[in-house]
Amino acid sequence: MDGTSENLIEIIDLKYSRGSRVIFEDLNLTIKRGEITALMGPSGTGKTTLLRLITRQLVPQQGAIYINGVDIATLTQQELYQLRQQFGMLFQNGALLTDLNVFENVAFPLREHTKLTNRLIRHVVLTKLHAVGLRGAADMMPAELSGGMARRVALARAMVMDPEILIYDEPFVGLDPISMGVIVRLVRRMNDALGITSIVVSHDVAEVSTVADRSYLISDGKVAASGSPDELKTANSEVVRQFMHGMADGPVAFHFEAPNYAEQLLGRDSE
Amino acid sequence: MRALIRDTYDTVHEFVRTFGAFQLFFLRLLRHSPRIVMRRPGLVVTQIYNSGALSLVIIMVCGFFVGGVLGLQGYSNLARFNAEDSVGAVVALALLKELGPVITALLFAGRAGTALSSEIGLMKATDQLSAMEMMAVNPVRRILVPRFLGGVVAMPFLVAIFTCIGLFGAHIVSVDLLGVDVGAFWQQMQASVDINDVREGVIKSFVFGVVVSLLAVWEGYNAIPTAEGVGRATTRTVVISAIAVLILDFMITAVML
Repeated sequence: MDGTSENLIEIIDLKYSRGSRVIFEDLNLTIKRGEITALMGPSGTGKTTLLRLITRQLVPQQGAIYINGVDIATLTQQELYQLRQQFGMLFQNGALLTDLNVFENVAFPLREHTKLTNRLIRHVVLTKLHAVGLRGAADMMPAELSGGMARRVALARAMVMDPEILIYDEPFVGLDPISMGVIVRLVRRMNDALGITSIVVSHDVAEVSTVADRSYLISDGKVAASGSPDELKTANSEVVRQFMHGMADGPVAFHFEAPNYAEQLLGRDSE
Repeated sequence: MRALIRDTYDTVHEFVRTFGAFQLFFLRLLRHSPRIVMRRPGLVVTQIYNSGALSLVIIMVCGFFVGGVLGLQGYSNLARFNAEDSVGAVVALALLKELGPVITALLFAGRAGTALSSEIGLMKATDQLSAMEMMAVNPVRRILVPRFLGGVVAMPFLVAIFTCIGLFGAHIVSVDLLGVDVGAFWQQMQASVDINDVREGVIKSFVFGVVVSLLAVWEGYNAIPTAEGVGRATTRTVVISAIAVLILDFMITAVML
């Protein structure tokens, strides 16, 4: 497989379990170069776990993950770090370094991996902060930011190295409608203008539908459905219908497994 | 009976495994240390400030009062044998060989060790270490090594300062307040302290610096990433450091006598 093939990431027969709980079984998934791929699914299906597997923060028990045709399980730590320099990742809670201010947080990857002059670093960092609308917050500490602002700073940091692959873990949670609109457009624009590949994990069906080229719906450790957002909306599968339209009744149970409600309230289960 | 044997086996097995992992962790820190010292000395200097300079107040206050109480006890007990002039020698030997390194190490574990553990544990709990991994920055090298080295460098200096302030405290109490002759105080000290006593103190301070800093970063790095887990790691740092320091103190003393 050459480095310019259409498929950037291929996941083949992935199996991953934590303790006795199987999270993924026979998961197959392909992420195409230059597209925005959404990974959707009910909470608790292991979407974040899947991201950690793709970036080899976790190692699967079975199956393989190929990035650019290379099985990432075979990489040495140095090769893995080289690969990760092509990744930008936005964590769910931002994960800003709390002992550095906003400017230094965004500058962090540049200072660690490049020998750019301070002047140039300043230029790049301010450009990225401007893109997320927080140039004015450059001197603030992470503790002074709201959750949404922290996530926007983290987005600036994720894109400061001009990565090939940008991974967003729940990027739309906690953003007000204005920031949400800006961020959604930013995700789209960066993807198209810079030719990067984006992976968006989210359960926000409406927002994902406006931005994603292709969506995978993951349920019960497998891909339940895939296709463009429009295809998913009109799909016949019950799981897909329930998820896309937010229905309480369907194959995906809202309640976590529990003993009989009436019996538990009446205290019969303790007898 | 069988259950007892199995439990004992499990406990021993777990202990040996943890101890092995701890040693590997130590080697890992050492392996990355030269590079950090050569290329990013600024990171280490910041941590020397955090662990060392910020511990100065507690070290100095405690040093003064430990020295003072030694002067007081030394005077009142030696006076029974009309040997109160030797108080300088007694205080100096006690501080140099034992109390300086041991009490400083215990205070250091409480002040700087807990700060290191909770900081690293919280960085883990808030995904900061994962984020670094994702930015292709090795958190062991970028976060743990400078903090470890900062503690190792700071400790001998803190012990030296503690000992000096302790002598100052003893001087104030025994000479200025209780009237021991100032000439006898210093002369007796000079006559009975030799270079081996100083060496013992320096070796202990260095060993304790390594052990306490190592335990602090180890506990922080292996903390369960929750509020409760970080709290527990912080407590363990103090408890295990105290035990380790006292056991090692006994062993080093036994070897050096």
